[in-house]
Amino acid sequence: MSIWEYANPKKFMQTSGIVLPWVSALAAICLIIGLTWGFFFTPDAVNFGATVKIIYLHVPSAMMAINAWVMMLIASLIWLIRRHHVSALAAKAAAPVGLTMTLIALLTGAIWGEPMWGTWWAWDPRLTSFLILTLFYLGYLALWQAVDNPDTAADLTSVLCIVGSVFALLSRYAVNFWNQGLHQGASLSMDAKDHVSNIYYIPLLISIAGFILLFLSLVLLRTRTEIRSRRLAALLLRERIA
Amino acid sequence: MDLGKYAQVVLWSYAGAIALILALIMLSLWQAAITRRALREVEDRQGKPNG
Amino acid sequence: MISLLMRDITLAMRAGGGFGLGLAFFLLVAVLVPLGVGPDPITLAKIAPGILWVGALLACLLSLDRLFALDAEDGSLDLLATAPVPLEAVVVIKSLAHWLVTGLPLTVIAPALGLLLNLPTSGYPWLVAAFGLGTPALSVIGAFGAALTVGLKRGGLLLSLLVLPLYVPTLIFGAEVIRRGALGLDATTPLLFLAGITLGSTALLPIASAAAIRVNLR
Repeated sequence: MSIWEYANPKKFMQTSGIVLPWVSALAAICLIIGLTWGFFFTPDAVNFGATVKIIYLHVPSAMMAINAWVMMLIASLIWLIRRHHVSALAAKAAAPVGLTMTLIALLTGAIWGEPMWGTWWAWDPRLTSFLILTLFYLGYLALWQAVDNPDTAADLTSVLCIVGSVFALLSRYAVNFWNQGLHQGASLSMDAKDHVSNIYYIPLLISIAGFILLFLSLVLLRTRTEIRSRRLAALLLRERIA
Repeated sequence: MDLGKYAQVVLWSYAGAIALILALIMLSLWQAAITRRALREVEDRQGKPNG
Repeated sequence: MISLLMRDITLAMRAGGGFGLGLAFFLLVAVLVPLGVGPDPITLAKIAPGILWVGALLACLLSLDRLFALDAEDGSLDLLATAPVPLEAVVVIKSLAHWLVTGLPLTVIAPALGLLLNLPTSGYPWLVAAFGLGTPALSVIGAFGAALTVGLKRGGLLLSLLVLPLYVPTLIFGAEVIRRGALGLDATTPLLFLAGITLGSTALLPIASAAAIRVNLR
């Protein structure tokens, strides 16, 4: 790691600095529209009553929890293959966001499960997989915390992320095998017959867009912070040497 | 508007989720502000940007 | 390579090597759970597969942090890394040694503990098969966790946080084999999955572990 390799991060900082306000504004707009539409202007579902409004939080956050891990996996691979520092830092920046999304999905699921399934928690395959995903996020973050040298930490967490992805997938199938679930099938699908009806579908799409944009802006912001703190560490180091 | 017998459930999940998101945003902004300030300080002290 | 294997085993057998420790821990789990749950034989028989596997996971975890840490401390890991033997092979050998001193004894005494936990008779062959096929995966996966944390001073707790989620598939399929076996059902499918996990992780994980060790020695 050195300050002299700053060509790429510099460009990243410039571009992301321009993009970030727009993305976050768009995220805020989409979230506000999607959630208020979902909360105030959708009818109650026949079976679920008003609880149907929770899907505007539950489904997007669950999607982003998985997508965040996939993004971390890709960023880790880029780091291991191309040694692109911004990539490693982006993976690090995404982890807390992914963890929060997992927690939101679990929380809304638990609150929804209480009246619907009569229990806060059931060892349903999807719930269990998400709990395991949470553990993977925690382990990943803990490893970042524990290793002092930033490049070593980036390497180790990248390897963990790749191995973890394989095992998370395995656990998903193992858990399916272990217990058949209470969960309903996919709420979104290309086939119009399968997914939830249009009144719920459009605000749901807007919320999902909002969550994606929110994830994007948070990752950009946090990556910028990480780059700055790396630069700060480098400057301090140089100061100490000089 | 009437949320019926599930009012509590819906309100709590919205409150919880929004609180978590806000906490994450605040944390990120706070960290960003701290690092930016510290970096600017060091850069000013060293006298040349992008050294 | 054989001498490395012998060396590791001898080191583990010596006092302070933690050879008996894992076994004693496993035994303690099997004794403490009935004390906590109550002596009802039906309940015990029902939860026996899970307890045996969870006990095995934890017993394996106990000795993991010394797998590479001791060698890293006295510098022999650097020697091994520069030796003509590929580091991947070293990882495999060390995992094998770990399995021989933890997994294999666990497999041997598991039926006795099954007896304590009132496991139905039809479960025993499956119990031995599941432990024999499943515990090598525990050692290999554990070696990966140990490789990640080898350079850290307070690696022990982190190691369990990293390794235990990776143990989930092994735990699920392993316990499922015994559960089905105990009910007198055919447990071939989960057993095949279990063997698949063991073979797959033995083939692929040492590469990741060796990479992690190289990073840590850098």
